Amino acid sequence: MYVSPIREPLVTGNKTYKKITDEISAPIEGKPGKAWYAGITLTVSALLLGLAMMGYTIWNGIGTWGLNKTIGWGWGITNFVWWVGIGHAGTFISAILLLFRQKWRTSINRSAEAMTLFAVMCAGLFPLIHMGRPLLGFFVFPYPNTRGLWVNFNSPLLWDVFAISTYFTVSLLFWYVGLIPDIGTIRDRIKSKFKKWIYGLLSFGWTGSAKHWQRHESISLILAGLAAPLVLSVHSIVSTDFATSVIPGWHTTIFPPYFVAGAIFSGFAMVLTLLIITRKVLNLENYITVGHVESMNKIIIATGSIVGIAYITELFIAWYSGVEYEQYAFLNRATGPYWWAYWIMMTCNVISPQLLWFKKLRRNLVFTFILSIFINIGMWFERFVIIVTSLHRDYLPSSWSMYEPTIVEVGIFIGTLGLFFTCFLLFIRVFPVIAIAEVKSVLKSSGDQKDKPETKEKH
Amino acid sequence: MRRYISAYFEDEENLLRAAKDLKEKQVSIQDVLTPFPIHGLDPILGFKRSRIPTVGFISGAIGCIIAFGFQAWAFIVDYPLFIGGKPHFAIPSFIPITFELTVLFAAFGMVFAFLIQSKLGPGANNPIHDERITDDRFMIIVDLDEAGNLYELVKEILLKEEAQDIKVKEIDK
Repeated sequence: MYVSPIREPLVTGNKTYKKITDEISAPIEGKPGKAWYAGITLTVSALLLGLAMMGYTIWNGIGTWGLNKTIGWGWGITNFVWWVGIGHAGTFISAILLLFRQKWRTSINRSAEAMTLFAVMCAGLFPLIHMGRPLLGFFVFPYPNTRGLWVNFNSPLLWDVFAISTYFTVSLLFWYVGLIPDIGTIRDRIKSKFKKWIYGLLSFGWTGSAKHWQRHESISLILAGLAAPLVLSVHSIVSTDFATSVIPGWHTTIFPPYFVAGAIFSGFAMVLTLLIITRKVLNLENYITVGHVESMNKIIIATGSIVGIAYITELFIAWYSGVEYEQYAFLNRATGPYWWAYWIMMTCNVISPQLLWFKKLRRNLVFTFILSIFINIGMWFERFVIIVTSLHRDYLPSSWSMYEPTIVEVGIFIGTLGLFFTCFLLFIRVFPVIAIAEVKSVLKSSGDQKDKPETKEKH
Repeated sequence: MRRYISAYFEDEENLLRAAKDLKEKQVSIQDVLTPFPIHGLDPILGFKRSRIPTVGFISGAIGCIIAFGFQAWAFIVDYPLFIGGKPHFAIPSFIPITFELTVLFAAFGMVFAFLIQSKLGPGANNPIHDERITDDRFMIIVDLDEAGNLYELVKEILLKEEAQDIKVKEIDK
């Protein structure tokens, strides 16, 4: 096997297979530190606040939100789109990078996929609460009913139901199939009898037989092949929620690719936010190296630039179309009462990622961390700008209005942040954060060990 | 009564060479247990290509037909309703859900096929030969004949590749 001497190693620290297992399993076997307890206290408190606010909303109705007749979608749908977008990076890393044979994905795919699942859970909550009566949420599924009616298969909102639920299920299957061998590893290491039994149950009796591995590799590849168009379809379908309407600023054909690029952009930012902390706290710097961070930053420049081009194209087309409503919608975005949201979006999403053209900054962890937070904020504002500023002033000036969220909406958003980080904190204690078997399989070709067996002897 | 010999290697390269030698000597290898997939092992062991992709295609096709057929039936036959002046049989509108269900069915089909074929699942109680197979040991299990003529030959090949912990086991069958 030829190994390019120029290529940066993906696993540093002269690792052996044993060391990899020991180091990645350590967080599961050891006791959590003070930082973990502090973290989970904070996130559970946020979650409880969110649950209280959700209960308040369901009890009293959507009137507790800042919505009005003109602005029917506010923070709720903004948060929904934002969370779904964040989920996209996980599937992108595990599916599309697998198809492109990018070995650096092996260190980050597990946690990114977990992030996908948690983000989609948070996302799904918003449409459910937004229904006002979540107990009747099952109305969105085509089940035989006494009214003899079916759901509207022509509606993008219904496509969304299918897209999000399929996306969640397939991501869960993909993630779990990948986890099975690693759960087997934990099962064989853990001392406590009870935990051994639990992991034994979860490992599905994994033995590592060659035939099982062959099937496992085959299924991973085909699931990746399915998940790749799936992830592109999900945000495309979310974008049709807007694009098939007649609201100026929404009714654009550019939306599907623009939303997908934005989703991957924001998702990678969230992966970086999480992993820059995780690698430090769990001592995984040898697996998630600065090289990994740099690779992710390169994807951020690429997708961030696509997003930037999309913003500028929208502006140009609004002017070029000659439609005064369209022109006003974009003029109003940039200079109207919500100008600040538009310029936060422009600064965070278009200008700030361009700094990553400098190699020094791409490889600087503190800078990358701060930038990733900026992008998360910027992408949230993108959705806010699209939804609120397009709605608040459309065709009839007599209906023009303003929107601001109530404490209830803000609380629910904080609650989903709490849910997301609580799930992630629990995940790092229970399952290996890095795909152990996959890292081992790239160790020889991409590790930095001094005497590689294949250089010693060839047969 | 069946006898077999088990041993482990500390490097996958040794395992590959030993497996190749054994196969050349017409010794049947019962199983190879490894912590991660070893590339190049499948042709040595004479594995056919996995049929999981075929299962995925068939279950995906079923999902596709069910989804498209159901939407068309509901909107044309069961309850034709005018929605936004669109035709009842609005093919483009049916595509997103058809696609999603195709993927969903294919994924479920493949995962179930994988688990059932490999006899894996919650509560599966497969024997664990060595607790470090999922860590850093590459184990090989070789069938022996009843007379025991093969033993010396197998042992020699295994030792040549620095195999550890060579053990003969017997199971009643």
